[in-house]
Amino acid sequence: MPNHIDTRRRVLTNRLVMGISTLSAMLGLAMLAWILGDVALKGIHAINWDFFTKLPPPPGETGGGLANAMLGTLLLTATAALIAVPFGVMAGTFLAEFGHGGRVAAVVRYVSDILVSAPSIVVGMCVYLLVVVPSGHFSGWAGALSLAVIMIPVVTRTTDEMLRLVPTEMREATLALGAPYWRMMLGVIYRAAAAGMTTGILLAVARVSGETAPLLFTALNSPYWLDGLNGPVANLTVTLFNYAMSPYDEWHTLAWGAALLITVSVLVLTGFSRIILGTRIR
Amino acid sequence: MSRKPDTTPTPGRVSLSTWGDPLFKGITFVFAAGVLALLVAMFAVLWHESAPSRAAFGLGFLTDASWNPVTERFGALTAIAGTLISTLIALLVAVPISVGIALFLSELAPARLRTPFGVGIELLAAIPSIVYGMWGLFVLAPILSNLVQPALANSLGFLPLFSGPQMGIGMLTAGLVLALMITPFIASVTRDVFRMVPPQLKESAYGMGATTWEVVRDIMIPYGRKGIYGAVFLGMGRALGETMAVTFVIGNSHRLSASLFAPGNSIASTLANEFTEADGDLYLSSLVELGLVLFLITFLILGFAQLYLKRMSAPGGRS
Amino acid sequence: MAPDSTNNPSQNNPKDASSGESQATVEQTSPTRDTPVIGISPHKKMRKPYLEPSPTASSRVEKAKVSVRGLNFFYGDKQALTDNTLDIAHGKVTAFIGPSGCGKSTHIRSYNRMYDLYKGQRAEGEILLDGVNILSPGVSSLELRHRIGMIFQRPTPFPMTVFDNVAYGLRLRGRIPRSDLAGRVEEALKGAALWNEVKDDLHKPGAHLSGGQQQRLCIARAIAVEPEVILMDEPCSALDPIATGKIEELIDEFRGRYTVVIVTHNMQQAARVSDYTAFFFMGRVIEFGETEEIFTNPREEQTEAYITGRFG
Repeated sequence: MPNHIDTRRRVLTNRLVMGISTLSAMLGLAMLAWILGDVALKGIHAINWDFFTKLPPPPGETGGGLANAMLGTLLLTATAALIAVPFGVMAGTFLAEFGHGGRVAAVVRYVSDILVSAPSIVVGMCVYLLVVVPSGHFSGWAGALSLAVIMIPVVTRTTDEMLRLVPTEMREATLALGAPYWRMMLGVIYRAAAAGMTTGILLAVARVSGETAPLLFTALNSPYWLDGLNGPVANLTVTLFNYAMSPYDEWHTLAWGAALLITVSVLVLTGFSRIILGTRIR
Repeated sequence: MSRKPDTTPTPGRVSLSTWGDPLFKGITFVFAAGVLALLVAMFAVLWHESAPSRAAFGLGFLTDASWNPVTERFGALTAIAGTLISTLIALLVAVPISVGIALFLSELAPARLRTPFGVGIELLAAIPSIVYGMWGLFVLAPILSNLVQPALANSLGFLPLFSGPQMGIGMLTAGLVLALMITPFIASVTRDVFRMVPPQLKESAYGMGATTWEVVRDIMIPYGRKGIYGAVFLGMGRALGETMAVTFVIGNSHRLSASLFAPGNSIASTLANEFTEADGDLYLSSLVELGLVLFLITFLILGFAQLYLKRMSAPGGRS
Repeated sequence: MAPDSTNNPSQNNPKDASSGESQATVEQTSPTRDTPVIGISPHKKMRKPYLEPSPTASSRVEKAKVSVRGLNFFYGDKQALTDNTLDIAHGKVTAFIGPSGCGKSTHIRSYNRMYDLYKGQRAEGEILLDGVNILSPGVSSLELRHRIGMIFQRPTPFPMTVFDNVAYGLRLRGRIPRSDLAGRVEEALKGAALWNEVKDDLHKPGAHLSGGQQQRLCIARAIAVEPEVILMDEPCSALDPIATGKIEELIDEFRGRYTVVIVTHNMQQAARVSDYTAFFFMGRVIEFGETEEIFTNPREEQTEAYITGRFG
């Protein structure tokens, strides 16, 4: 076959593949726009003053809002973060600072990486069996605990990675001044890694604030105002699930409103954390 | 980094500093071990609580397609099959598109477009799965039942796969929603893998007159093979364990069907729908065993994913 | 050494007073040697025995601040230093030169036991600081590092303000009244010739300074705690010539007040700033002596080859 025909075929193949690749990327963005557009268009109808201030309406009635669920989600997420952040930061510190080359660190790192993507519904089930069954009732504590279990590996690995980005010289310079290791960590190294660690924590918070499956069997849901973490706690995601699966149009509207609120919060948190990382590193 | 005592045993330090460092290290160790303890505790509780079911059904649990709370006869086959089929559909759709996106982001996109496209893909990954599920139920399902399923039935309807009820809810929809959900994951990991290919390697291939596609096919994909496997396994692990995106649209039926249009269920959707309503110890125990199966499968798949990704990122860790 | 023992931190220009004095001490008690002037070849052969790796070798310098005796260093199974024996003169500047990987950094990093940090690294032999073996188990590495400051290859400003950077080491040693602290920070910054440049920016992040300023900030941080010895591990390798010049001026001013050990791969720098020079090769101290001697009349062929640029 003459050479130039071969070349022409190669160039055509190349163009074809490049075209497909570009189309894939366009498709990705189009899907994003489609989903966000739908959520925004359908959700915006639910957004009004009542949506943020009132309790959910009884089935079939209009009006009402999801104020209790918003409050509940905030409280559950904050409690989960309070449990998971110290836990994950300490565990990550061990991996980065004391675990070099050791088998324990290698195993913990591997297991954390797996747990980051482990099915969250199984986490919820385990917490149900370990907390809800013995205590005899669904509770906000159980819900916060499931979310914390999901956050811990994320925070652990981010802390690990971010601490390892701190140059060794920074550690040596601190120790060379006669600082004990723990003071070096608290005074200098955590500060040096602060931007990255904050990003990781915000991403973890963003992720669990959109989680539904682990709450189904733990915090459950509630149509009432928040009354501590000892009983079922209303939350946005389970409310969304229940309302979307219900046959009532009014509840569908509220569900779209909840979807919009959750999506916006998660995307804002995600974007915000990237900005923190971007401004500090570059 | 332990202070090795060897020739210089840890010196007796003054006051606070004597116990400060061992204490600090000890605390961090306890929490690191705590991560392992979480895993062990989860496995242990699933194993313990599934004991009645394992005693009643044995290994036959995995191959039995019946699921009857009234007669208390439970088998996992339908749920396992549904999980695997929906994941397979998701991977068939998501992998080529993801690699295409990754290729675009790392090679083709003009510098100016890389950031916005990259951010877009990451945002797609950040959208909570329940939103995907809801969107799938209210937006995608009607489109599938009105347009896509009739078209498929008309052209490929002679296959049992594409016959059956065109309700828009079922295995195919679940697979497509999952595909949508895992595409950004696979794409962004694959993009990172492509970025790790040394520029000299690519340039020397371009220097020999290779087209972009040939460089991708002959240099980048072989170089990043392990990383791409890792990315695919990662997406697979996510799809297997995903609950909300599937539960909305899979239809929740305990019947095995050859048709992709028919409703079915996955392990995760079964758990989400039935766990709180399970009365009877054997019912609950069987659900726990389903959870155990899911946990083991995803653990295995994600374990492979991490192995591949680790080998890819290790120095000289290609081929 | 007078300036140190009299503990006179506010001394602004210690160089003249102290270096003259210490110079005198060296001369008095080194009868085998004249003033450190070039061209005293008759003595060269006589000094050779000092190089023999013998732990009991007598001090080469009068008033040794640090005496290293038979130091061996291991990275796991790999031996990095073999039988290093030399003295660091009190109040003087000692330079370590040699090709990359010759062990000069490893050597000074054992003075403050930086290797404690890493698994599998260990030192054998003796490093005597004022006669006490710092490698012995009873010595606290924290106390040790209070007495021995260190400057690294790249500037390492901590992620905090200029003020807090300099105050860091002081605060480690306990609570200090605020007014006291400000005075000592100012003094340290002046000592590092940085005060005039940063006095209005004390509460800006240390990382916002230029590279050369950052390195002087690290020097200020080190001298704020009044160490006796300052170790410098290629302190100018990341700096431009002007910033390097400023650091070298500082080293010159430190003479007499602090005992300075500087690792450098820049032979001109060693020749410019140091009183004594040690040439390292393959983990051994090949030659050690007064700087002028080493650079003008090296006894060892390897030293000469390195200095004249034939290898390394």
